[in-house]
Amino acid sequence: MSEIATSEAAHPAHLQHHFDSLQEQSQVASLGMWVFLVTEILFFGGMFTSYLVYRSTYPDAFAIASKHTVILIGAVNTAVLITSSLTMALAVFASSEGNRKSTVNFLTATWVLGFTFLVLKGIEYTIDFHEHLVPGAGFQMAGTNPGHAELFFSLYFIMTGIHALHMIIGLSVLLVILYMARRGDFSPEYHSPVEVMGLYWHFVDIIWIFLFPLLYLIDRHR
Amino acid sequence: MSTAVLPRENYLNTDYGLRSWFLTTDHKRICILYLLTITLFFAIGGAFATVMRLDLATPAADLVSDETYNKMFTMHGIIMVFFFLVPSIPATLGNFLIPMMVGAKDVAFPKLNLASWYIFTAGGCFTLWALISGGVDSGWTFYTPFSTLSSNTNVTLAALGIFIAGFSSILTGLNFMVTIHRMRAPGLTWFRMPLFLWSMYAASLIFVLGTPVIAITLLLVAAERVLHLGIFDPARGGDPVLFQHLFWFYSHPAVYIMVVPGMGVVSEIVAAFSRKRIFGYTFVAFSSLAIAILGFLVWGHHLFVAGISVYSALVFSLLSYFVAIPSAIKVFNWTATLYKGSISFATPMLYAFGFIWMFTIGGLTGLFLAALGIDIHVTDTYFVIAHFHYIMVGGAIMAYLGGLHYWWPKMTGRLYPEGWGKLGFITVFLGFNLTFFPQFILGYMGMPRRYHAYPPEFQTLNVLSSAGASILAIGYLIPLVYLLWSLKYGPIAGPNPWGAKGLEWTTSSPPPKHNFETTPIVTEPAYNYSELEETAVV
Amino acid sequence: MWPSLFPEEASTIAPRVDALYFFLVAVSCFFVVLIAGMLLLFAIKYRRRHEHDVGASIHGGMVLEVTWTLIPLGIALIMFVWGAKVYFDEYTPPPGNSVIVYGLAKQWMWKFPPMDGQREINELHVPVNQRVKLIMTSQDVIHSFFVPDFRVKMDVLPGRYRTMWFEATRTGTFHLFCAEYCGTGHSRMVGQIVVMSPSDYQAWVAGGVSHNTLASAGQTLFTNLACASCHSAASGSRGPVLNGIYEQRVKLQGGQSVIADDAYLRESIMNPAAKVAEGYQPIMPTYQGLVDDEQLLELIEYIKTLKPAAASAPSVTTSEPEGQGTSQPITEHGKSSSAVSSPSAAPTAQR
Repeated sequence: MSEIATSEAAHPAHLQHHFDSLQEQSQVASLGMWVFLVTEILFFGGMFTSYLVYRSTYPDAFAIASKHTVILIGAVNTAVLITSSLTMALAVFASSEGNRKSTVNFLTATWVLGFTFLVLKGIEYTIDFHEHLVPGAGFQMAGTNPGHAELFFSLYFIMTGIHALHMIIGLSVLLVILYMARRGDFSPEYHSPVEVMGLYWHFVDIIWIFLFPLLYLIDRHR
Repeated sequence: MSTAVLPRENYLNTDYGLRSWFLTTDHKRICILYLLTITLFFAIGGAFATVMRLDLATPAADLVSDETYNKMFTMHGIIMVFFFLVPSIPATLGNFLIPMMVGAKDVAFPKLNLASWYIFTAGGCFTLWALISGGVDSGWTFYTPFSTLSSNTNVTLAALGIFIAGFSSILTGLNFMVTIHRMRAPGLTWFRMPLFLWSMYAASLIFVLGTPVIAITLLLVAAERVLHLGIFDPARGGDPVLFQHLFWFYSHPAVYIMVVPGMGVVSEIVAAFSRKRIFGYTFVAFSSLAIAILGFLVWGHHLFVAGISVYSALVFSLLSYFVAIPSAIKVFNWTATLYKGSISFATPMLYAFGFIWMFTIGGLTGLFLAALGIDIHVTDTYFVIAHFHYIMVGGAIMAYLGGLHYWWPKMTGRLYPEGWGKLGFITVFLGFNLTFFPQFILGYMGMPRRYHAYPPEFQTLNVLSSAGASILAIGYLIPLVYLLWSLKYGPIAGPNPWGAKGLEWTTSSPPPKHNFETTPIVTEPAYNYSELEETAVV
Repeated sequence: MWPSLFPEEASTIAPRVDALYFFLVAVSCFFVVLIAGMLLLFAIKYRRRHEHDVGASIHGGMVLEVTWTLIPLGIALIMFVWGAKVYFDEYTPPPGNSVIVYGLAKQWMWKFPPMDGQREINELHVPVNQRVKLIMTSQDVIHSFFVPDFRVKMDVLPGRYRTMWFEATRTGTFHLFCAEYCGTGHSRMVGQIVVMSPSDYQAWVAGGVSHNTLASAGQTLFTNLACASCHSAASGSRGPVLNGIYEQRVKLQGGQSVIADDAYLRESIMNPAAKVAEGYQPIMPTYQGLVDDEQLLELIEYIKTLKPAAASAPSVTTSEPEGQGTSQPITEHGKSSSAVSSPSAAPTAQR
């Protein structure tokens, strides 16, 4: 206990100088990501709070406005994202087993699914735009107070937009991880980048799991 | 003091090039980078305050125009809160000391730590750009719908500047939390940690939980200005009071970001200069956490006259009283620590006394604001200004200066001149009280805050306050001068000039690049002074 | 010197706020003296006498910790209850007669449209020893109505009516400040409250030249906007009949109900679809942009003067016993005054 190895020469390749072991480094990395995700929850929390406040203030306008969302794309995207979480989890497992080939394959699948989500989301935004659902100039909606419906779509675009931004950041980092995986950086001893990436990816997925019913489903039957 | 030479190799002299500073991942060098940056921001924010106090010496608005005055108090608030007070102790002393106090070579994520400084500086540049290209007049509180619909100044830029700097806060808090959790030296259990670590942990909690909310709130303000969304626009069904809820959900806990680290510093100083274990260690430690947690439940006390229901006002008032209790516990424990101590009147200890005085007054006047019936009268008046300056300037800056003096020998290897140190403290202390105490009376008389012109009956007290401000300004310059002087001419300090306990005092001053020659092993509780000479005397 | 360092106590609530204030000042002084005294005492008595002295080994004491947790907690709870009581009374208009005044805040002035008598800007005349109920809204950003000598303050919000009250106890002229930062001219958004003896007040009201009261202006507007083409018994029930609707409970679509107070009437004009009365279609267009805040006040004031018809509209139930909705002009004061019931006023003020 008293003489902990501190000589630089004994360090494995991926061990940073201020850690004593790869295990410690990996624990630190995943704790860091967990704390970051707590921050992210509060970040989205501000938007969810605003949304819930207005939803309860203007239930009718929000119900009518939410019927204008494209539920087909929303539903398909939900399926796409859940599948990508599965492939991500499989990639983490494969990397912990040291299976380079399946790690690369699963990471690629995750990337493709994530990209599909963004493409579909882009198509949905285009449809929204043509239906004059974009707040600001030119917003139109019959049958309810347009101001309140506009509020719904303001929140819809901000919430899904910031979620999409998280997807874009995730996809960019995923490219780096993919590159590292192809290069063969990961081993059963050292695969914390994949693990941490997985945490982030699942989080972004979970945010969508909340966004989908809130924005698309509630009161749709009315 | 035994060896009158600086250690041959330390973190300051390993490299000299600009690259070695701007690309450093050494937490001690990053501390120095922050120190320089926030001193610059403090000077800018202080300059605004000085001009405002000059202007307020006469009832008529005669020195600057209304627009300029409004921009000045806005920029004073934004710069002081987001670019000086919030990062002050955490980013400088916290960065320097947390790894040393836990006995580690660095923080958990050194590169992220450097990135935090760059993000902070980028946010600061954004805000300064907003300032130079015309200024902002929304108040640092950005209340809607004024900030979104009415103001035609650079609100968007300033909001984005704060948004960016917010990520620096978040990443710093994250780094500290993980460091304290995972990087502690063998034997350093949670209840052997110095109280500074407890307070930094509590402050980090607020960084991590609060900052994202202000980030999204200001993003919404910016989006509303640019895209005309209507989220806070009453004409389209938006609710301007929702903004206030979201804003204060961060900005009230932010006050504790400023003062809780200060409490940690004061605990260290009081222990070191009484040569005694802090009375009620566990109570002081947990009161930091209690403040951090309860601090998240009291934001509504900023809205007592703003349009919340009477019943939610009652709840927020009650919770505000609860958050006062852990603060009181700390003050009592510090006082009790002095009992049968061996008390030195060194400059850091004077600042600690100053802190306790300011914080006691600031805390007690907080009770006035939490009392619903009084709050109606004094909210948005100078009473509030005086109250939060006692906490945030009197409290936080006293602790910051005290900490800076206490650890200055550790950071630079040299001692500052003690006589000048005491003179600086006395000037700051007198100047501060003369500036802000009259404002309590002004506030109860009814002078509203953010007033450029005021009725003549308020003049006497305003003149007193302005006079105090000029003394205070000189008081802040004195340490600046002699601390810089000491860098070259100060006596060599040696590893432990105060005879203090704590891991940071076991290594040389300035410390080597990796802090410790060998990983330290902790075998005793913090502040174990009684073991120094005598054995337990009760 | 002394009187100028303390605000006058010029309303019924002021002495109560001050009593609480002095209690807190006393408690604060006690603790400041206690803590500063102990610090000084210990610091001097136990000052370091030799270079290598250390403090005694004292780690803490449970009894002390519990004591200085519970005693401050007890004192804090007293402050809480006392403060809450004052707040509750200050923000809940009591029942009974009051002079009703409308306040309109805008950058950077206070407007008090005349109920009857004189239009006032940045100046409000009120009688002494009589309750004044203020119904306020803002035309642009958030302002705050603050009269230090009365110890009253309330933020004035755009798009909402907020109600506050005070009762002046001294005649004289008192500062009115805007306490919420509202832009360039914030510190110029000041005015005065002139408290007059009943006879002076009467004379002042009689001196008013304007005979165009709020309600009569509202009537003209009601005609010009052709409101009656729907809101009348002859219109085939396209819209509810408004006679006697003020302060009554209105049933809404979906089973909820709402009191037809100022805020509801305002909302129904600006956002008709928000709360539609039971039995009607949401066909009413919004009048947002067509009527400004002052005209809104006129319309609402006119609606208040409409006497209940013999047969009330189906959606309006007369749940409240008193003869509400009829503001009886008090001739000796000139200002309209009505029996205002507190249960309906509270939700207006505190939504």
